Amino acid sequence: MQSIIRISKLTKKYGEFVAVNNITFDIKEGEIFGLLGPNGAGKTTTISMLSTINEPTSGSAKVNGHDIVKDKDRVRASIGIVFQDQSLDDQLTGRENLDLHGRLYGVPPDERKRAIIRSLKIVELEDKQNNLVKTYSGGMRRRLEIARGLIHKPKVLFLDEPTVGLDPQTRRRLWSYIMDLNKKEDMTIILTTHYIEEAEFLCDRVGIIDNGKVIKIGTPDELKDSLGGDIITAVVSNQKAFEKIANENPEVKNVKGYDKGKVDIATKNGSKLIPELINIAHQNRIDVESIMLKRPSLEDVFISLTGKEIREESGDNTTTMRMRFRGR
Amino acid sequence: MAGDLSAIYTLWLREIIRFKRARSRVIGGFVGPLMWIAIMGVGLGAAFSGAFAQATHGETYLMFVAPGVIGMILLFGSIFSAISIIWDRQFGFMKEILVAPISRMSIVLGKVIGSATVSLINALVLFVILVIFGVINVWTIGIINFLLAMVFMALISTAFVSMGLIIVSRMDSFEGFQLISNFLVTPMFFLSGAFFPINTAPDWMKVLAYIDPLYYGVDGLRGLLTGFKGLGTNIDLVVLIIANVILFIVASILFRRIKASLS
Repeated sequence: MQSIIRISKLTKKYGEFVAVNNITFDIKEGEIFGLLGPNGAGKTTTISMLSTINEPTSGSAKVNGHDIVKDKDRVRASIGIVFQDQSLDDQLTGRENLDLHGRLYGVPPDERKRAIIRSLKIVELEDKQNNLVKTYSGGMRRRLEIARGLIHKPKVLFLDEPTVGLDPQTRRRLWSYIMDLNKKEDMTIILTTHYIEEAEFLCDRVGIIDNGKVIKIGTPDELKDSLGGDIITAVVSNQKAFEKIANENPEVKNVKGYDKGKVDIATKNGSKLIPELINIAHQNRIDVESIMLKRPSLEDVFISLTGKEIREESGDNTTTMRMRFRGR
Repeated sequence: MAGDLSAIYTLWLREIIRFKRARSRVIGGFVGPLMWIAIMGVGLGAAFSGAFAQATHGETYLMFVAPGVIGMILLFGSIFSAISIIWDRQFGFMKEILVAPISRMSIVLGKVIGSATVSLINALVLFVILVIFGVINVWTIGIINFLLAMVFMALISTAFVSMGLIIVSRMDSFEGFQLISNFLVTPMFFLSGAFFPINTAPDWMKVLAYIDPLYYGVDGLRGLLTGFKGLGTNIDLVVLIIANVILFIVASILFRRIKASLS
């Protein structure tokens, strides 16, 4: 697959504060790429540079082949963006917001009309289209913003924390819209999130970002595998014998014995290995008292990379920092 | 170029749609100016009728004030409509505009034309009211003077929208709002000669009036609508055009670096 975004040594400083620190990576055409990290990690700053809102302090990036500093207008024409905080005109109706957007992006009238109908349908706001946006709920506004991002059929769609503050049901629905868009419209989607489930569920590849640095990039599976895959914890009657048969199994990567018959087994696909292990144990007359499977999550990956958790933060110092630096 | 024109039209369209929605703004826009005319015009007129007639060669004070109040509605409407961009920055719509593939110049032009149209509509409604109450006599004005007066109203609006944009591109919070209103807009209004003739004012005040674009606007309108002899339509027109060009250029330059949101 071709790269649609190439980022090279991109850096953004606000005085002494380094919001984005020398990041370099590519985003492939057609993928859903997620930037996963805590609030204040530099996700929004990265997106606002890629979408030409902020200029980088140093480094460069190309979006759809256009330089984000020298060729802003072409970049802008190639992208759609759904901001973290709302950017609708709430004195206008939903439909008027979409219509103005189509006009600003030079979408011809017929096409504009079709695109408006189609996007409203995707986000299920057809029956509310003639209501003023100020009467919309938070979830409806977010959906309208996503619909707006689609009107001009961008090559690349940026979603900055698309489901923050939404109820679980709306979040699920939005996820399926996003996946549909990616598949049916062939749209490359770049999203930022601090929700582990969101990154795992939606993204083809995830970049883990912290303190302005992208620490590791890979598919969710690759990232989890980097921790050694699944961990099976078994408590058995004959520990030594069990360790021996486990070590003989080609699927097993690592075996670690503890006291009282407890054994940890690292493997790529734990749920497949469990019945096999029980069978072999049975054949060797080893009793298995209990067996437990633990799949590492992206949270574990994040912890192992940064030594801290991605926590849900609201209104604490980091958020205030981000609020202050956002949009400069 | 075609893209720019459509962007200008789009931003103009937004102003018009919002204007149609905000009925309270339309009504509220008239109450002030009408009170000025009804209370100040009539009250001051009665108090100073003798002295005033002497200074203005027989014009009634109400006739004298009418073009001034038209200037007032244009000044306040235009400058505050431009400054309302601060709400777009606060509530995010500014980002939608800034991230669109349109030139910064067309954003400024769209806003100038859109806001100017709205305050022009307000001024025209006030004009009609003044005609209905017999303060302005349309039959003695003539069609050419009327059209020229329209040009003056448009130029007053565009000048002050540009000035508003200059202010708002330097503003980072709402706090500056009151300050600008007290120390810029109100003095500009009082020094424009809307309520008293500048030619009888002391020299220091004259100097201040001469750097006030509204002075030329009101003077021009007054000449066209009431036949009052001031600087003359030509001088007023030329100065207003020059003021427009300068203000627009400065607004365009400053707007290029406007931030998407308040910090």
